[in-house]
Amino acid sequence: MKVRVGILDYGAGNIASVAQAVATMGGEPRLLADPAGFDQVDRLILPGVGAFKDAMDALSARGLPDALHDWTAAGRPLLGICLGMQVLFERGEEFGDHEGLGLLAGRVRRIPQLTTLGAGLRVPHIGWNRLSPPVGRAWDNSILRELVPGDWTYFVHSYTACPDDPDTCLAETSYGGHMLCAAVRHASITGCQFHPEKSGRVGLAIIKAFLEPL
Amino acid sequence: MLKARIIPCLDVKDGRVVKGVNFVDLVDAGDPVEQARLYDAAGADELTFLDITASSDNRDTIYDVVRRTAEQVFMPLTVGGGVRVVEDIRRLLLAGADKVSINTAAVHRPEFVREGAQKFGSQCIVVAIDAKEVERGPDGEQRWEVFTHGGRNRTGIDAVAWARRMAGYGAGEILLTSMDRDGTRQGFNLELTRAVADAVTIPVIASGGVGTLDHLVDGVKTGHASAVLAASIFHFGTYTIAQAKEHMARAGIPVRL
Repeated sequence: MKVRVGILDYGAGNIASVAQAVATMGGEPRLLADPAGFDQVDRLILPGVGAFKDAMDALSARGLPDALHDWTAAGRPLLGICLGMQVLFERGEEFGDHEGLGLLAGRVRRIPQLTTLGAGLRVPHIGWNRLSPPVGRAWDNSILRELVPGDWTYFVHSYTACPDDPDTCLAETSYGGHMLCAAVRHASITGCQFHPEKSGRVGLAIIKAFLEPL
Repeated sequence: MLKARIIPCLDVKDGRVVKGVNFVDLVDAGDPVEQARLYDAAGADELTFLDITASSDNRDTIYDVVRRTAEQVFMPLTVGGGVRVVEDIRRLLLAGADKVSINTAAVHRPEFVREGAQKFGSQCIVVAIDAKEVERGPDGEQRWEVFTHGGRNRTGIDAVAWARRMAGYGAGEILLTSMDRDGTRQGFNLELTRAVADAVTIPVIASGGVGTLDHLVDGVKTGHASAVLAASIFHFGTYTIAQAKEHMARAGIPVRL
């Protein structure tokens, strides 16, 4: 039987590619606009394109924040992608200071305007960049388990998650000398700052791992 | 470290590729999805569709093309041409596009760029600038102006100032085409590219004039572009994406191999 994956459709952009990636890797995507269908799926994906506050407002309007707290409290798997990973945190600084879902401790800040050597740094961070595990962190038993350090994924973002607990960070990527948090993991919650659904073979391997039991 | 991107561009008219790859193994050379698959397999970093459909009756065909492409190709996709209102952006994103490129509509109403960026995020708003060299300024400095309608209409807007303004309105990238060089195979207009790239802190995609692999290197090294867009050198099979990347890597530019 196919793994049923609920993809939260709250008006935030590119859900078609996420659904397609899930279907390609053998899952059964179901678009969910509110918590009504949560008991009909095995996994949840929180996609996201847009701005932090708009996304939070849209999630709240659909009654999703409480339902996501209940979902993860029950230890059920949730994958946030791009902005969908950022809103997992407590606060975001995009266009003001806004409250996030608070499922993970930490803040989302703007990518620094300067490199670590003091030169100008272009933001958004757009393009293909390498993933590496933070020191002492391994990717076994995570959705990155099929990857090797140095694999490339596609990023497009201006803000970056800063977890309070360094152990939350599952993967990093280097930009302008800064190590940006590229993926997070805490209990049944995972998140990718990059777009697995746009990262070719590597991205599809991540989606496949998310569909399988850990 | 972030890699310099190579972006092939396909012209699409009424749902069919009109300027595309001349690969011999194509079953249907006019099918954008097949071309996209080949470029994906060849290692292209992104793909851009330029919708040049003349009749508004056929506008819906581009949504179908994007949808069918996104079903099979898991790479970043930008769509430009005829993007005029917020609803156009929404429909393209829902069909599976990642970024939209806005050109004439931004010149007509700059606020459109701000609205798009606030609603969908800067990361998916590309402002396309078609620039042509014009008479020098009072101090003899080189100047370029924004043109619309394929280079026919002069707007009186300074291209460098316009790029800066669009970045301030929330554009996430600038796609900069030199109308003087487009189609000439003489290389990017490096002075223009560098002037714009140095004036903004968002990525600039250089376009227009690529004829050799050294031109791609120049665009990044001398022009300070973050990405290079090309059509004919790939379409006509002059070079493959892999050759382009190897050449750039040998020149010391970080690329995804």
